[in-house]
Amino acid sequence: MPGWLVELLITLVKGLALAFALLTTFAYMTLVERRLLARMQIRLGPNRVGPGGLLQPLADAIKSIFKEDVNVTLADKLVYTLAPIVAIGMALTAFGGIPAGPPGSLFGADPWVYNLDAGILALLAITSMGVYGIFLGGWASGSKYPILGGLRSSAQMISYELGMGLSILGLLMLVGSTSFLGIVGWQAVNGWMILFQSLAFALFLISSFAETNRTPFDLPEAEQEIVAGYLTEYSAIKWALFQMAEYVNMITASAIMATLFFGGYRGPGFLNAIIPGIADWPIMWLVVKIAFFLFLFIWVRATLPRLRYDQLMRFGWKLLLPVALANTILTAAYLAFARGFGLWPLAVLSLAGLLLLLLLSDRVRVLWNTPTVRREDDSLPNTRPAGGD
Amino acid sequence: MRFFTSWMKWEEGRRETPIEYANFVIMLLIALGIGVLAVVVSAILGPKKASRTKLMAYESGNDPEHGGVGTGQRFPVHFYLVAMLFIIFDIETAFFFPLAVAYQKLVPFAFFEAVAFVGLLLVGYVYILKKGVLEWA
Repeated sequence: MPGWLVELLITLVKGLALAFALLTTFAYMTLVERRLLARMQIRLGPNRVGPGGLLQPLADAIKSIFKEDVNVTLADKLVYTLAPIVAIGMALTAFGGIPAGPPGSLFGADPWVYNLDAGILALLAITSMGVYGIFLGGWASGSKYPILGGLRSSAQMISYELGMGLSILGLLMLVGSTSFLGIVGWQAVNGWMILFQSLAFALFLISSFAETNRTPFDLPEAEQEIVAGYLTEYSAIKWALFQMAEYVNMITASAIMATLFFGGYRGPGFLNAIIPGIADWPIMWLVVKIAFFLFLFIWVRATLPRLRYDQLMRFGWKLLLPVALANTILTAAYLAFARGFGLWPLAVLSLAGLLLLLLLSDRVRVLWNTPTVRREDDSLPNTRPAGGD
Repeated sequence: MRFFTSWMKWEEGRRETPIEYANFVIMLLIALGIGVLAVVVSAILGPKKASRTKLMAYESGNDPEHGGVGTGQRFPVHFYLVAMLFIIFDIETAFFFPLAVAYQKLVPFAFFEAVAFVGLLLVGYVYILKKGVLEWA
């Protein structure tokens, strides 16, 4: 067998294993989320199917496969069917670029499916493709609530994608590479990126909550607002595919945050003093960090109320975008003129920016709350034409 | 002192790019294949008892008012404006990526370059801000 064929077969096996792992994680994520939400509300979650509810995801999956797949009359059949496939396809593909260990650490193979030089760019491109799944799904349903929901959802996602792209520019300036391996390697030498770019991390975290349509930014799925958004006309497995895509995107976002800001697959170095070599155990640290962020996603969902849609858009455009740009310029200025002092002053600067923003949070709230409209003064003559508008 | 020289050893032993793109395509095909498989299996296994009422669009039990895709349903112009702004600022981001990656080789000239570029865009940003484009009433 020629060498390249072996390579591709190995990739095929790795890709299938990754997809299987992601789908299993998704299934158990739903269970974990329900149980954790229940714990946070002082009740028990699903615990009837199987020991401790462990078979609940299986039961849900079997149910959604055997349900009737309703194709509404008004729908554009082809696009209506393709949209969930696009959504899940892009969600699963995006994870393949995350390195889960140093080269060759997976039984001699590389612990990633593909490793493009422009890793981050590829990732941003694939996540933008995910927007197509959602918008086309809403559009193809052919009735008004899905169209509105799809529009809202895609407007929200593209707005926060901007914040996401701009917030990592400072990081890229420091590292000088867009490949994930390069970024992880840089952090192995200089320390975790969260130290030097804490402001950027805060922005990135908020953007990824909005990107994955999670609370407090889950307007598209706000049942009380416009039915169920782009999902209104979907049933059975197509609906499940959209849910799958959302959860897989959540896992991917956690993995990206871990890789970009928390040292990726490398554990904290000081633990090596206790158990030698523990910081380099393959895959484990990435899984631990992903689990931490997934817990954060659930915790926030249990805690925060939703934003209103106009607040959401204002927040993205008026706060996230300028602050991300400011962070970029700050880092750029530091690297251009004060590089001789080393990296730590940058850490202090970034943290100071974040703290300043938190301290001012009452003042800057006007940015995303409704601006005060001047009341019509009763003493002035009423300029409106009679008969209303 | 250059921060990015220290991890260069990580970049060694990297394989050539074409095989990585082939890997990417394989992953994409696997991912799309799973979606197709799920839809096909469900279409075979599920019951098929369609009725007129069941296939009606959801509108709280009323007959749907507007019928189907492309029948000219109207929606707020805000979405169009946001899409336009996204295109503009995403192009800005696209210009920024190469600058950011090569930044440490180009300082301090690149800094003034970046500030001038951001400054121009900020003028546009302030303009749309004052125009009230970002107000979602």
